[in-house]
Amino acid sequence: MGFSLFSAYFTWVISGLQANYKKLMEHIVIIGNGISGITAARHIRKRSDHKITVISGESDYFFSRTALMYVYMGHMKWDHLKPYEDWFWEKNRIELKKAWVEQIDFEKKKLLFSSGEPLEYDKLIIATGSIYNKFGWEGEDLKGVQGLVTKQDLIELEENTAYTRKAVIIGGGLIGVELAEMLKTRNIEVTFLVREKAFWSNVLPLPDAEMISNHIKSHGVDLRHNTELDKILADDNGRARAVLTQEGEEIECQLVGLCAGVRPNIDFLKDSELETDKGILVNEYLETSIEDVYAIGDCAQQRNVIGQRKSVEAVWYTGRIMGETLAGTLTGARTAYQPGNWFNSAKFFDIEYQTYGWVWPEPKENEQHFHWEHESGLKAITISYNSETNEFLGINTFGIRMRQEIFDLWLNENRKIDHVLANLKLANFDPEFYDTHEKEIFKSFKNNLQEA
Amino acid sequence: MSLTGDAPKSINTQQKIASLLGVSGLIILLLASLNVSFPNKTLWLSIALLSIIGGIVWFAQAAYSGTHPGIKNDGVWFKSMSNRGYLAWLAGISLTGFYVILYFFPEYLGLREEGDNVGLIALFDPLSKLLSGEPASQWFVYGTLYTIAITAFGVKFLWKYRHNRYEKIRTYSVMFFQTSFAFLIPEFMARLNGEGFSLPYYDLKNIWPLNYYNFEQYRVDEFISAGTIGIALLLFGIASIFIITPILTYKYGKRWYCSWVCGCGGLAETAGDPYRHLSDKSQFAWRVERWVVHSVLVFVVVMTTAVVYSYLGDDPSKYWLTRDSFLIGVGVFLTLLFAGIWYFKREELEKDARYGAIGYLVIILALIGLHYFSGVNLFLFNAESLRATYGFLIGAIFSGVIGTGFYPIFGNRVWCRFGCPMAAVLGMQQRLFSKFRITTNGGQCISCGNCSTYCEMGIDVRAYAQKGQNIVRSSCVGCGICSAVCPRGVLKLENGSPKNRIDSEEGVLGDNVDLLDLIKQKTK
Ligand SMILES: Cc1cc2nc3c(=O)[nH]c(=O)nc-3n(C[C@H](O)[C@H](O)[C@H](O)COP(=O)(O)OP(=O)(O)OC[C@H]3O[C@@H](n4cnc5c(N)ncnc54)[C@H](O)[C@@H]3O)c2cc1C
Ligand code: SF4
Ligand code: SF4
Repeated sequence: MGFSLFSAYFTWVISGLQANYKKLMEHIVIIGNGISGITAARHIRKRSDHKITVISGESDYFFSRTALMYVYMGHMKWDHLKPYEDWFWEKNRIELKKAWVEQIDFEKKKLLFSSGEPLEYDKLIIATGSIYNKFGWEGEDLKGVQGLVTKQDLIELEENTAYTRKAVIIGGGLIGVELAEMLKTRNIEVTFLVREKAFWSNVLPLPDAEMISNHIKSHGVDLRHNTELDKILADDNGRARAVLTQEGEEIECQLVGLCAGVRPNIDFLKDSELETDKGILVNEYLETSIEDVYAIGDCAQQRNVIGQRKSVEAVWYTGRIMGETLAGTLTGARTAYQPGNWFNSAKFFDIEYQTYGWVWPEPKENEQHFHWEHESGLKAITISYNSETNEFLGINTFGIRMRQEIFDLWLNENRKIDHVLANLKLANFDPEFYDTHEKEIFKSFKNNLQEA
Repeated sequence: MSLTGDAPKSINTQQKIASLLGVSGLIILLLASLNVSFPNKTLWLSIALLSIIGGIVWFAQAAYSGTHPGIKNDGVWFKSMSNRGYLAWLAGISLTGFYVILYFFPEYLGLREEGDNVGLIALFDPLSKLLSGEPASQWFVYGTLYTIAITAFGVKFLWKYRHNRYEKIRTYSVMFFQTSFAFLIPEFMARLNGEGFSLPYYDLKNIWPLNYYNFEQYRVDEFISAGTIGIALLLFGIASIFIITPILTYKYGKRWYCSWVCGCGGLAETAGDPYRHLSDKSQFAWRVERWVVHSVLVFVVVMTTAVVYSYLGDDPSKYWLTRDSFLIGVGVFLTLLFAGIWYFKREELEKDARYGAIGYLVIILALIGLHYFSGVNLFLFNAESLRATYGFLIGAIFSGVIGTGFYPIFGNRVWCRFGCPMAAVLGMQQRLFSKFRITTNGGQCISCGNCSTYCEMGIDVRAYAQKGQNIVRSSCVGCGICSAVCPRGVLKLENGSPKNRIDSEEGVLGDNVDLLDLIKQKTK
């Protein structure tokens, strides 16, 4: 009697501890080992003892998708793309699993794979990233037709290169210009079809876009503005042999690069009860329509847009911020996603581009653009400001590096364009001894005002 | 499935002819070493050296002149020469062989104990006589070739980085210091030597402990007997390390020396530039680096102390400093130094660096203590054998044979990173008392890895940049290449206020500081 009472008491204590322990030790499963998923995993580990599993079918280890081009160009090897050494994961008790998730049983909190045992989770983070767009063009599935998003795409590109003397790139975005630069390093002739009247002029103001167009051409790329793809023509082996433009021109090529944007990689969720639109719909806490399921990074779509940002943003740092924000929430500090002032950067062949705040391709109401370009055609800035109040709204800078910290401050303080131009030197981030242009820019602005 | 690309033809016809020209110059030198005697030495030496210079410069011109200014790393990992292919091994083995002969078998270059030199060394006689009035030695041959390497490959580097003025000015600087301070001035100084006046060969920019032999007896004797000039030079040698170096390093970081002035650095940055990406970036390599380079530093301090100690007191009329006051002086200096570091910078030092510092201090003090008990040999070893061991292991094998000979295999800064005691001294100061840092640009880093890959010192720059942290590392030589190759404009070498130089907090990756505060508040 005494003994059974004791044992009952004991069992009760143990089960209580277990329940407590379970709360401390949840199994957090992350689909996707890109920047979003990995940032979440790292910060959850820093702040807790949860069991963490990261799943991806693409690669064994986290790598920098942004740097795929440098492997193809021979600047780096695959291993250089990995920001952490391979021992890092075990040391930090982050389990990695290489597999494709085919289906999610949200009811039973279970993941089903293309092969192997299912996996149960307590909390699920979906960070499946993007895939490249196909718009149903005729011939888009031929051999030699591909985009560039994944490691597998890079391997395919390497294989296709062997067949390629001439390539056509469809779509004038950031990945398109990277692909053009990549192919040029292998002495492939590149024809670059863009729908706009200058490169990326759906994002850049026309003078900026035109400068970049000229620079791209100066690198020997046959850049065709106002040109759209009609279809891709096949040879007898089912490989691409040419494209046909909507004007009816046939352009010979062995490789077609599909670079007309990316979209959230959520097709495997289409028939589930998870609410999706373009991407997986999330609130400001990155929570989806199903409890204990979260989405971050390229695959997430904000239900309520944040400021003037797009609801789906396929950029590196937003994935990173989402990952860290969510880690806060999952470890006891429920945190809203606040990406701060918009900024971004890219490189067009030799011209570096940075942007802080908003510069729209066409000034919106009460907005005005001030543009300055260096005679070399390699440096320029465009500043957007409010034409009534002179408030500084944003800057595009080409070939001149600028400090994010300073622009962040100026945007937060609602500084006027005069202040920005008078203090532009503070924001300069170019290496030491570089030519500076602040005076010239300032003078040009004053002259503009007088003319206006 | 393969990710290994093929390079398109990596060199063009002009580059091939240029290579041929350069190699033909080398062949003349090779023939001379094989004792083929050339009738007109001046003419053949000129032909040989000019073909080498011309070949290199032409090669560079053919490689870069038709290109846009900008980063030129296409195909680096595809080419045999820069990806440890057979060409790299060939170059590495030949260079290593050259160093072995130079250091240990100079007779094969034509050095003769008695009578006139022959072979390669004799071929250089006309140039040596023109400069110093003396016949050439193996070191003159080496110095000439070294200077040519820095200037000719310097021109190549200038072309390659012509869009980057920091890189250009820095390269002009190393080219200048090599040709004047290292090469011409010592030769001209030798002309002053004559009856009763003789100065030791002195490259003024070569500072102890890099030139570990500067305070050896024969040099100090020569300095002293050369009167005012000699004493001034000796004092300059001491001031270089104890006054000039700390001031400049405080203001600009160790780069003022390592990538603007130093000859070893100069060669690494010019002739060694095509191999900078071969440095090992693993954390393991970093650990090895810290132990090895600081051990070399301890070694050189012990060795120099022993050597100076051994001749002090030989002749009280010559040296006012006595053995005991010298030893006590060294002990007090080191103790104050470590106490100072410990007191002011304790929090900033990582644990192992702290252990290392304490460990070494204990060793040195213990050894000095031992001296007082045994009294026979300082530090248990005889000073001369310490010196010889250091000269052989560090001076010859490490800095020459491995450091330079293996550029194409281990990268261009192996010596600077793992072996150079001067770099260790400057590095400690850079880490603890300097305004220099590499600033990162908020959240712009895309973790691409170009910076880490091209850092010749094997620093994982990305690890800092992606967290928005400044890079304050003792080994950084401030070459600026990480900043140059960064495609997103994230890195800037700067001298700024020493406050807040090291931000050890991992922010929300630099872009939203408020969020960090928020998380902190909520978890409190
Ligand atoms: C070529 C290129 C260049 C770029 N350059 C820049 C740049 O310069 N700056 C910038 O800001 N952004 C850039 N981007 C965008 C940036 O890379 C993305 O925004 C970022 O990588 C998104 O990270 P993520 O973690 O959300 O998703 P991803 O990195 O796409 O990771 C998602 C992972 O999930 C895996 N996955 C998906 N579905 C499943 C499944 N069902 N089962 C298992 N695993 C699955 C995928 O295979 C992938 O590995 C670039 C993108 C590309 C393609
Ligand atoms: S961190 Fe940058 S500046 Fe310092 S050594 Fe490395 S590449 Fe050069
Ligand atoms: S600092 Fe620049 S080069 Fe280094 S990883 Fe970041 S973006 Fe790439």
